[in-house]
Amino acid sequence: MKYQSQKVAYWYFLAAMALFGIQVLGGLLAGWIYVSPNFLSEILPFNVIRMIHTNALIVWLLLGFFGAAYFLVPEESEREVWSPKLAYLQLIILVVGTLGAVGSYLVGIHGGREFLEQPLWVKFGILVAALIFLLNISMTVLAGKKTAITNVLLMGMWLLSLLWIFAFINPDNLSLDKMYWWFVVHLWVEATWELVMAAILAFLLLKLTGVDREVVEKWLYVIVATALFSGILGTGHHFYWIGLPGYWQWIGSIFSTFEVIPFFLMMSFAFVMVWKGRRNHPNKAALLWSLGSSTVAFFGAGVWGFLHTLHGVNFYSHGTQITAAHGHLAFYGAYVALNLAIFTYAMPMLRERAPYNQVLNMASFWLMTGGMAFMTFVLTFAGTIQTHMQRVVGDYYMEVQESLSIFYLMRFGAGAAVVIGALLFIYSLLVVRQTEVIAPGPANPVPGE
Amino acid sequence: MAEFLTKSRARNIFYGGSIFFVVIFVGMTVHSHKYVVEVSTAGMPLSDAVIRGKHVWEENSCINCHSLHGEGAYFAPELGNVMTRWGVQDYPEDAFETLKGWIESQPSGIEGRRQMPRYELTDEDIRGLAEFLRWADQTDTQGWPPNDAG
Ligand code: HEM
Ligand code: HEM
Ligand SMILES: [Fe+2]
Repeated sequence: MKYQSQKVAYWYFLAAMALFGIQVLGGLLAGWIYVSPNFLSEILPFNVIRMIHTNALIVWLLLGFFGAAYFLVPEESEREVWSPKLAYLQLIILVVGTLGAVGSYLVGIHGGREFLEQPLWVKFGILVAALIFLLNISMTVLAGKKTAITNVLLMGMWLLSLLWIFAFINPDNLSLDKMYWWFVVHLWVEATWELVMAAILAFLLLKLTGVDREVVEKWLYVIVATALFSGILGTGHHFYWIGLPGYWQWIGSIFSTFEVIPFFLMMSFAFVMVWKGRRNHPNKAALLWSLGSSTVAFFGAGVWGFLHTLHGVNFYSHGTQITAAHGHLAFYGAYVALNLAIFTYAMPMLRERAPYNQVLNMASFWLMTGGMAFMTFVLTFAGTIQTHMQRVVGDYYMEVQESLSIFYLMRFGAGAAVVIGALLFIYSLLVVRQTEVIAPGPANPVPGE
Repeated sequence: MAEFLTKSRARNIFYGGSIFFVVIFVGMTVHSHKYVVEVSTAGMPLSDAVIRGKHVWEENSCINCHSLHGEGAYFAPELGNVMTRWGVQDYPEDAFETLKGWIESQPSGIEGRRQMPRYELTDEDIRGLAEFLRWADQTDTQGWPPNDAG
């Protein structure tokens, strides 16, 4: 930790990890209700649990992004955060808002637009927090050194905050409501968040591999260019069947196919940088998460996204378990794993010590990644059968679901592995053990003969 | 990457191209907005009952179990075409009666079957919901869903 004010990131990461725990436990509970539908049905219905699961996800990912920005911007701009006090105030607003939202859901107060169910006052709280953040980080960057990484990161954060305005716009016309809803949902995960992801990934690779900054930054601009060129018109892949004009079927299919490119580039970027880099960074776990994130993002967003993005396919698969499979692997690879990468990299520094518990941390990577991959596979099988029986043959929804119970049981098992992995991850960052579980080899091994 | 692609060129392409695509996207959005209002949803007036129904739909977060035009949760049936499935799309009074009967018979309590909670709604709320779902059903969704199963 070169700058004292980077310390604020520590508290952001702690809050994020707490919510991460709540998120996956909520998911596991929702997964259990799929297996045993009468469980809790009178006390805590499925829709409330699902809201907690998805909202906790979004808020903790944002907390992670904010924390990452407070961590990396001082290093990039070579100066302290403009106002650490404001950064803490921002965190308090977000935590109070989150607790308020969860409390409201439990007593039945919520909106009804998926992912944007927060009560109005919480939405305003998020807006205020975002404005504080933008002011704080922009002032830091303006006064210091400007790099491509801070440029892209800032642009991503400004644009995603701007898009939050659409969370307040809810037309009475359902089709218009849906169209503007996607301005938040799609243009977040498939445009502006990609900018944030690419910037954080570039920072991590710069530090972990020691490759020349010029090279890293050129890649960065190319990646984010392909992200926005494809992702903006790619929004059309959600406009096929909600009452919008038919031309979106072509625009959406073509441009969302190009959305695979930035994810492919991010994966290639990560591997090429590691290959070229000479630095033997001691934080192996952070490197594993960085490579893992870009790879799983390519499969979850790129491959599983493309799987159902052409309108001829989407006509049949729209709104089935295929969507759920893709949503899970994409979010996990692109944003969960990336956040866990920066936590893994930054936490030892924020606690001013050498990287620790790396073996446990890496074990948690494989548990979580294996669990999410398995969950994606079983949901894809379930979704394929569902698509055929319900959309092609025309069997009634509830009967089709009954024939899928074996897959939901396996999804629950996969979810249990993810929860154990998540708890192991949190433990490995919070509780510093004196020695690694497996003793490391010598730092500079003799080259093999 | 080739030498002609310097960092500053890459940056300029990024900025210029992004603005280009934003402009096209905004233009298409404006057109789509008009199309929704004038064409695809124009088959039935956006009455007070429909609007009330939409609010009831939202306050009870139905979307976190059901899907509507294929969006939402996947735990319970698609409702964008439920009025067609029930055969009451063209009969507002039947739509209301059927929906009221449905809501008041929940939860089914059947062991091993997914449960829909019991909602204490007034007749006006239920009428609104029925109108809202009829309104959604008449929207021109380019032929989706493929069949009445939703
Ligand atoms: C990290 C990036 C991405 C994330 C986090 C993500 C996440 C999601 C989520 C959560 C949904 C479900 C939304 C709902 O509730 O209705 C969804 C839907 C969809 N995504 Fe993605 N996605 C990503 C990237 C992509 C990409 C690159 C493509 C295309 C190549 C794609 C194609 C689709 C399609 C076609 C749907 C609609 C599915 C349906 O019709 O039901 N996604 N995505
Ligand atoms: C313990 C592991 C998990 C389990 C058992 C689980 C289970 C579930 C269930 C049952 C749903 C509701 C599906 C429906 O609407 O019918 C859901 C939705 C969702 N979960 Fe998870 N989840 C888990 C972990 C995660 C993780 C780690 C992420 C993020 C990477 C995530 C992101 C989401 C998203 C985005 C949705 C909404 C999907 C959509 O609308 O397409 N979940 N999850
Ligand atoms: Fe999308």
